[in-house]
Amino acid sequence: MTGGPSKLSCAEFQAQMPELIGLGKDAATHPHVQSCELCRALLADLETIAEAARELFPSVEPPDEVWEHIDSAIKREQADGIEPGLTPHRQ
Amino acid sequence: MPNSPSPTQAPSRIPSNRSADTPSAAAMGQSTNNVPSGSLNPGDADVLARAQAGDHQAFAQLYSVHKRRIYSLCLRMLGNVAEAEDLTQEAFLQLHRKIATFRGDSAFSTWLHRLSVNVVLMQLRKKGLSLVSLDEAMEPTPEEGPGRSFGSPDLVLTGAIDRLALERAVAELPAGYRLIFILHDVEGFEHNEIASMLDCSIGNSKSQLHKARLKLRDTLRTQKRREERS
Repeated sequence: MTGGPSKLSCAEFQAQMPELIGLGKDAATHPHVQSCELCRALLADLETIAEAARELFPSVEPPDEVWEHIDSAIKREQADGIEPGLTPHRQ
Repeated sequence: MPNSPSPTQAPSRIPSNRSADTPSAAAMGQSTNNVPSGSLNPGDADVLARAQAGDHQAFAQLYSVHKRRIYSLCLRMLGNVAEAEDLTQEAFLQLHRKIATFRGDSAFSTWLHRLSVNVVLMQLRKKGLSLVSLDEAMEPTPEEGPGRSFGSPDLVLTGAIDRLALERAVAELPAGYRLIFILHDVEGFEHNEIASMLDCSIGNSKSQLHKARLKLRDTLRTQKRREERS
């Protein structure tokens, strides 16, 4: 570490980024970001990606066949004498 | 295979969806998207108790409540409908076998999610996909270290990112990064919950997420460069 937060090199600041961001702190107010165009750009990109992630992969319903298979498998296991709470030996 | 769901996990409290005016810093650090909503209300607790006692009808009700979330997790991780269906089936079969061991010390939805994540991890390992070791996450490699993140500011990914491009980029992530990115940024779990699910440290979870975002940035910037050249 070299001096205060504003004296950090880009590498030093970026090494702190996961923790800084993970704590929910506004990294944009960090003194290094205020004075460094590259790290400001990096932070803006990461924020854009995190924002965009909200819209990814909408949740979907599984087809009805999935339950049918589960239902059959449960009945098979029960017919084999396997009770809930016991993990069968699978082939 | 990772251990079966631990009944000692911290209770899950997934915040509700971020509001439109949520500061971006909050989005980066405090994920709240697509809130897993499988918590049981008092009436559902009765359903759970009956399912634990072997009531098949009650188990079917539990499936109905949680199927969407578990199937979506599998689909997001595998990117393949047939595999997602198989893993959803496997997750609920495991749930059926283990449900009696759930003691209610944690949210049932979190417990089930952890069980399902373990099913997904098993499948990924079986396929030999590049599951970046969670233990390695804190050690930046020359390729992924901080210096890699520099770039000309004129290539900032401003504005809306093309959703399909980002989904493709996510699909290309190493499975370990992808899992944490999806759990945190897409599904809205907090780092402490992810750490609990994956048996890793909170610092590891943060580091993996950061690396995942850096890799996505690299991919998207490369794509943008190509588009600008053509």
